[in-house]
Amino acid sequence: MDSYIPHTNQDVKEMLEAIGVKDVDSLFSTIPAEKRIDSLDLPDGMDEFNVLSKLRKMAYSNASADRYSYFLGAGIYNHVIPSAVSQIVSRGDFYTAYTPYQAEVSQGTLQSLFEFQTMICEITGMGIANASMYDGASALAEAVLMASRYTQKYKALIADTVHPEYLETVKTYVAGPGIKIENFSHDETGMVSVKDLKSKIDDETACVVVQYPNFYGIIEDLKSIKESIGDILFIVVANPISLGILEAPGKLGSDIVVGDGQSLGIPMNLGGPAFGFFAIREDQKLVRTMPGRIIGETVDVEGKRGFVMTLQAREQHIRREKATSNICSNHALGTLYASVYLSLLGPAGLKEIGELNLSKSHYLLDRLEETGHFERVFYGEFFNEFVVRTDLDVRKFYKTLFKNKIIGPLDLSKLDKGMQKHLLFCATEANTKEEIDKLISVVEAI
Amino acid sequence: MELIFEISTAGRRGFIPPKSDVKGYELSDKFKRSNPPRLPEVTEGDVVRHYTNLSRLNYAVDVGFYPLGSCTMKYNPKLNEYAASFDGFSKIHPYQDESSIQGALELMYNLQEDLKVISGMDAMTLQPAAGAHGEFAGIAIIRAYHRFRKDFKRDEMIIPDSAHGTNPATATMNGYKAIEIKSDKDGMVDIDELKKMVSDRTAGIMLTNPNTLGLFDERILEIAEIVHNAGGLLYYDGANLNAIMGKVRPGDLGFDVVHFNLHKTFSTPHGMGGPGAGPIGVKKFLEPFLPVPTVSKKGEKYFFDYSHKHSIGRVRSFYGNFSVLVKAYAYILTMGGDGLKRASEMAVLNANYLKARISKILKVPYDTKPCMHEFVATTEPLLDHGVKALDFVKRMLDYGVHPPTVYFPLIVHEDLMIEPTETESKKTLDKFVEVIDKITKEAKENPKLLLEAPHVTPVRRLDDVRAAKQLVLRWK
Repeated sequence: MDSYIPHTNQDVKEMLEAIGVKDVDSLFSTIPAEKRIDSLDLPDGMDEFNVLSKLRKMAYSNASADRYSYFLGAGIYNHVIPSAVSQIVSRGDFYTAYTPYQAEVSQGTLQSLFEFQTMICEITGMGIANASMYDGASALAEAVLMASRYTQKYKALIADTVHPEYLETVKTYVAGPGIKIENFSHDETGMVSVKDLKSKIDDETACVVVQYPNFYGIIEDLKSIKESIGDILFIVVANPISLGILEAPGKLGSDIVVGDGQSLGIPMNLGGPAFGFFAIREDQKLVRTMPGRIIGETVDVEGKRGFVMTLQAREQHIRREKATSNICSNHALGTLYASVYLSLLGPAGLKEIGELNLSKSHYLLDRLEETGHFERVFYGEFFNEFVVRTDLDVRKFYKTLFKNKIIGPLDLSKLDKGMQKHLLFCATEANTKEEIDKLISVVEAI
Repeated sequence: MELIFEISTAGRRGFIPPKSDVKGYELSDKFKRSNPPRLPEVTEGDVVRHYTNLSRLNYAVDVGFYPLGSCTMKYNPKLNEYAASFDGFSKIHPYQDESSIQGALELMYNLQEDLKVISGMDAMTLQPAAGAHGEFAGIAIIRAYHRFRKDFKRDEMIIPDSAHGTNPATATMNGYKAIEIKSDKDGMVDIDELKKMVSDRTAGIMLTNPNTLGLFDERILEIAEIVHNAGGLLYYDGANLNAIMGKVRPGDLGFDVVHFNLHKTFSTPHGMGGPGAGPIGVKKFLEPFLPVPTVSKKGEKYFFDYSHKHSIGRVRSFYGNFSVLVKAYAYILTMGGDGLKRASEMAVLNANYLKARISKILKVPYDTKPCMHEFVATTEPLLDHGVKALDFVKRMLDYGVHPPTVYFPLIVHEDLMIEPTETESKKTLDKFVEVIDKITKEAKENPKLLLEAPHVTPVRRLDDVRAAKQLVLRWK
């Protein structure tokens, strides 16, 4: 039980003598006596073997991607992760380090974050990226706050095809500063309705938010959206793994690009932790209103290249109540997964992964349509997810899939009552043709 | 070291994706990427060597003593890492049916229950991703509570001058005015000031107890009474919870909302700055305001509970940093109630031992009573030799120890904030004292050694001003 605490009785005795008190308890004398407790009502500690047995049992009772095929996405995706990723992020000198406050002994962290910022800029086509946020949803919320901070306008227009949990997160964040959120709709293609968007723009509008590809998997036409919103800040929530084949949002007029990094080499982990990324166009004024840590290059006293946290005057530990955000801990280790992943894949690999997602999801849709039980709902082009309407009994369908070791698509009626019998299917490079064909044969047998 | 982009060679590959077994799909030209991203083109071996060599430039808990005040850099047990990597924990999707992740839900439920016991709170959410994120959610709950009661006048959040920067920043994010309260001569909340400060505009007070000086505010019950009588609520910043487990519970001291830093108190690693996890606990009357979902149990079945009537909503996607939760739960199972109590006792013993020894070398302000898990010393007298706290800690790097937190809290000049944690031995602490002693002598005899430090680190002192003026934020 004490394998983490080194004190022998002799140590304790000597230390108490040096302090000049008779026992450990007297060190707690400043706590009001009437409120002090003697023990915690928790079970006794367990040895490693028994802790692991208990946890292994809990883990094994979950249906997981090592034993089931997944056709489920909606923000978290089952992708192939190269073995080298977990080997590198498991190095103790990465994961047991703290925030790089002492730059001279944190160059590993700082350089890897600088490389990460570069990779995010490269894939998004943006000029500046920070060293991470918690997740895609909170990154979006911070982007909306930043837009109002920058423009001093207090209305945000958000497409109704943005992930519903992201939208809910934004709503929580804007309650304090009092930013008004308005949604604009999509049309039968599943893409945003530029007409509806235009009708909602007014002088108070700070920003417009769209997701790329959107929650229903549809690829938005960012260029035409940009053309219709003029100078209003354009925030794009992107799935980074799609950017090997989709045009970089930075090329299409976006001012801020955020998103969740889970698809870049991070296990699903029941939805966390991964990381949020946050990138802006190259703009010296905009960067000073950005949240989160930013790593910059500099030199040491001998002229040798090195890296430090920079523009810290934006941050809470310096600026306190005037900081751009309260964020302190971020998700640096998540960025290391992504940096290693993107380094392994390179431009060719990222493109191939994108093409695989595209072809697998289209094969899946074709096969589903052939069964006669599924009908495509939106006609816009999609990346690795799409919505179908089904004539099957959804509950029975899920049960049958589960029996056949398949985790089915997202039942959209759970999020939106108006979408009964609408399913959001996903296929990635991790889904083999064999798996997809098996799914189809299960459907056919219903 | 070279950047990974600088070792790139066109045509090299580090990973080969699975071969396609279905027919290709041709994307419309208008959506196609025009120029590929300039990612590195390297082999797997290149990648492994690059990052392995980078990692060797880092100081870390696995490398040595890391007495960073308020950060609780305790040892990160390996079994926790191993357990979190189990397929059944890491390869599960947030939207798969609850019936297929009962083990994960059970773990979350049990962790909620354990944290309630430890903190004396009535209801928990595991959703926040970090301490500051927990603060954000906690203060949003306080705001929602006042507004629900149509008490719209309350727009002030009282925060001591010794508080972490996240506290005032959090107040602002929630639309509150951060009102700073000065510490008195003992480093505690100034009670007379507080009495004058509270009014019908007080939404609450954010306190860290023990505070960032490492001192337990003895008048906490009086503070609670003053704030509650004025209609405000008490927020407990749990950054320093490692001092009091099994000794006292924030819930018994009058706190209404508490956040935990699982990456501090519950041994989960800091990951170069994150991910952590910042669950919050609340008293019963605030339960309806918790973010959704939490995890509940009906009969033998665990489920995501969206029933909180006046929920502030979500503070992030999905349910929280699940794999961090697994690690914290593994730690609680391993330690048990007695082990957690012993952790706090030994953390406090270590801090007091270090304080007793270091006070013979450096000045220790507020040294009239025992400290808790950390304490603050100052190198101010060394200013006479031209040596600042920054020079002092840079010299520590040459001796292979990680410096304490420096220049924080703001109310002590030239300060070092030292938190040894319970996982360090007397021998490690003795060596640390020797280093402090040696550097103090150097400061007086040969200050140049400190002013030019560090000397033997991978890079020497870096030019922060240049970094901020000539912004280079990416490789080009």
